[in-house]
Amino acid sequence: MLQGMPSQGYYTRKGGEGVLSGSTLMTGNLAAAWGARLAGVDYVPAYPITPQTEIIETIAKWVRLGQMKGKLVQMDSEHSMLTAAGSASLSGARVFTATSSQGLLYGLEMLYNISGWRAPILLVNVSRGLAAPITLEPDHNDVLAARDSGFLQFHAETCQEVLDLILLGYRVAEDRSVLLPAIVNLDGFYLSFTREKVELPKMDTVSTFLPEYDPPAPLRATKPVSHGATVLSGNLYSYFRYRMHAASLEASEVFRKASAEYGGLFGREYEATEGYMLQDAEYVIVMSNSFTTIGKQVVAKLRERGVAAGLLKLRMLRPFPFDDVAKSLAGRRAVAVFDQNLSPGFGGILYPEILASLYHKKNRPQFVLPVVGGLGGKQLTVQELERVFESLRNGPPTFPDRPDPMYLMREDEFDRAKRNIAIASGGG
Amino acid sequence: MTVEQQTRFRTLKDIPTPDYMSPGGSLCAGCGGLLAVRLFHKVLGPNLVWVNAAGCLTVMVNYPYVPLKSNWLYTAFASAPAGAQGVRDAFDILIQKGKIPAEEDVKVVVLTGDGGAYDIGLQSTSGAMYRNLDFYYLCYDNQAYGNTGFQVSSATPIGSATATTPPTPSEPGGNMFKRKDLFEIWRAHKPPYIATLSSSFAVDFLRKVEKGSKMKGPKLFISLAGCPTGWGYDPRETIREEKLAVDTGIWPLKEAVNGEVKHTYLPRALKPVEEYLSTQARYEHLFRPTKRTEVIRMIQNDVNNYWKMVSKDENVEIRLVGE
Repeated sequence: MLQGMPSQGYYTRKGGEGVLSGSTLMTGNLAAAWGARLAGVDYVPAYPITPQTEIIETIAKWVRLGQMKGKLVQMDSEHSMLTAAGSASLSGARVFTATSSQGLLYGLEMLYNISGWRAPILLVNVSRGLAAPITLEPDHNDVLAARDSGFLQFHAETCQEVLDLILLGYRVAEDRSVLLPAIVNLDGFYLSFTREKVELPKMDTVSTFLPEYDPPAPLRATKPVSHGATVLSGNLYSYFRYRMHAASLEASEVFRKASAEYGGLFGREYEATEGYMLQDAEYVIVMSNSFTTIGKQVVAKLRERGVAAGLLKLRMLRPFPFDDVAKSLAGRRAVAVFDQNLSPGFGGILYPEILASLYHKKNRPQFVLPVVGGLGGKQLTVQELERVFESLRNGPPTFPDRPDPMYLMREDEFDRAKRNIAIASGGG
Repeated sequence: MTVEQQTRFRTLKDIPTPDYMSPGGSLCAGCGGLLAVRLFHKVLGPNLVWVNAAGCLTVMVNYPYVPLKSNWLYTAFASAPAGAQGVRDAFDILIQKGKIPAEEDVKVVVLTGDGGAYDIGLQSTSGAMYRNLDFYYLCYDNQAYGNTGFQVSSATPIGSATATTPPTPSEPGGNMFKRKDLFEIWRAHKPPYIATLSSSFAVDFLRKVEKGSKMKGPKLFISLAGCPTGWGYDPRETIREEKLAVDTGIWPLKEAVNGEVKHTYLPRALKPVEEYLSTQARYEHLFRPTKRTEVIRMIQNDVNNYWKMVSKDENVEIRLVGE
C-alpha cells in the first residue's frame, strides 16, 4: 500500500456483522459471479464473449452443482439473451446477465426495451474496446453507448466494488420508486482477470438487505397484464419517458440510503462519487473504473512532493451525480477529466457532463482540461498522469474558447505504432 | 383411439363460443392475421402470454386499449422466441421454487408476421427450437412486410408485386425470388409439431392447434393471412381468397408430427392458379396490359411439381392443371 493512501476507496467500519469469510483472493469476474450468487438470482440467460466469459462459466458450474438455485440458459446471441432477461424479469424472476463490448452493442436495442418495461435486471458489462479494429482490452465506449438507455450505471474500480455494487444495484433497481435495470461495469483484463482481496458477505445477511423481488405487475394467468404496448401519441410517449427519467433521478437518494444500510451490515459504504485527497486539493483529476487506482498512486506521489493534487472518482454514472461532482470540484484551481473513451469529432464523452455540473457554480474552476487516454487498454503510466497535473498547474497559456484536449500517447508508444504500420505496409 | 376421434372439433359448430378478444380493434378490416389469432386463442383458452414480434398485430395492443383477455408482451422485431424463453423459464423456476402457485402458469405463444418468422427472427426461432422450448409459435403469413406498407419479404411468392419489387419494363414480373420453405426449415430442427393453417379451413385449423397443445416442446404454426390492403382485394373476400389459395394448391394444409409430414387436406383436382392470381391487385401486372403467361406458367409448374411429390409420398391421386 502506498504511503498516504487512506483506504481502498470506501469507509471501513470494524466488525461488519454480515461478513462470511475473511478476504479471499478472486478476479473481478469471479466477484461478479459471487454477486449474482449472493443475490439469489433465479435466472441467468448467457452468451459467451471475452473477457466476460468466466462469469457465466462460473455460474453455469454452480448451477449444475446445485450450489446456486436457478437456471442458466445459453442463448443464441446477446440480443436474444437480453430479450430473455427482460421477459423473465417481467414474469417476476430476479435476473442476472453479463456481456462485453460488441455483445453489449449487439443487444443495445433490448436495453431500451428492458428499461422501458421497467424490468430491474442486473447486467454486468466487462468493458472492452469496440471494433474496428477489433481488440480485447478495455475502454468505455461500450458501456457509454448504453449511457442513454435508461439503465442505472455503476462503475467499479476494485473487485470488492464489483460484488458490492451488484448487491446494491439490485436493491436500488428493484426499489418500487425506481424499477429500472442496472449495469455494473468493470474493466476487462485490468479488473476481470486481476485477483484482489474480496470479502464475501453472508448469504442470509444479504437476504435481509435484499429481500425477494416483488414485481408490481408480473405476467400471470389470473391477472393478465400487457407490457410494451404501442403508444401512438407523442404525449403518452413523453409521459412515460419523463417518468423513467424521474425514476432514475430518484435512484440517487435510494442508493444513498441503501448504501448506508449496506455499510452497517457489511462494513463498506459507498457514495456516488469518491474523493481521494480532495480536502485541500487545488488540482483535481476526474476518473472512473480500474485506472483510478493509477490515478490515486500519482496523486499520492504528487502530495509527497507538496503538490495539492486530488482525485474524484465517478462511481455512479446514471443517474449522474451532479451535486456530488459540483461540490467536489467547485472552488478548485483546475480540473482534468480523464475520459477512457472517444467520441470522434468531439472528444471525451464524460467531459461535457462534468462541465454541465459546474457551469452554474459561481466558484467553478476556470480551467477544465479534457484528457483522452487508455483506449483499447493502452497502458496508463504514472508519467502521463504527472504530465496532466503539470498542465493543470501551468494552466492554458492564454484562456482560449476551449482548451485543447490532451490525447495521451507517449513518444515510444507512438514510434512503436509507426514501426508496425511500416511493417504492415511492406517496409519495416 | 386416433387423434381424429379425440378431437373436440368436428364441424364449424364446434368452434368454441368464448372469445378472448374484444371487437372493435385497430387493425384493417378483413385482416386474415387477426382471424388466425382469434381462432388460435379459442383453442388455447385465456391463460397465456402472447409474446409478440414487431408487425401488423403489434398495433392491435394500442395503449390504453387492449383487446385481449390474456397477457401481452411486445418484445422486438428479431427476438420474440427469446422473449418466450425468458417467460417460460421464469415461470418454471418460480413455480419450482414455490414463489408462485402452479395455477398462475401460462402457455407461452410467440406471435409474429412473416418478416419476423422468415427473415429477422429466424435465428432466435432456431435457437428456441434447438433448446426444445415448450412454447407455441404462430406466424401470420401475409407474404410481405405488411405493417410498413407491403415490402417484399422472403415469404413473398414469386410474381408478386410489392412496394419494393414494383413491376417495371426492365423487371416486369415483380418479385422474382421464390419463397423460403419455412416449414422445411423448421422441420430440420425436429420439433414435435409443425402445421400450416388457414382460417378458411377452420376445423382443420382448430384440430391442429389442439393436437399441438397435447405435445411438449416447440409447436409451430404458419397461418396464411389474407391481406386486403397488401394483396389488393375487397376486405370481405379474405376467406374466399384463402380458400382459393388452398384449392389451387398454392397453400398446402399439412402437418409434421415428430418430423413425419402428412397433408391434412388433399384436393382431388387442383384449380388453376390463375383463378387465384387474377383476383388480387398484387398480381395484376401478370394480366394487364399484356398477359405474362410465362410467369403464370412458372407458378403453375411449381404448384404441379409440389403436388406430384405429395401424390407419390402419400400415395394419392391428385389431378393437376394443364398436364
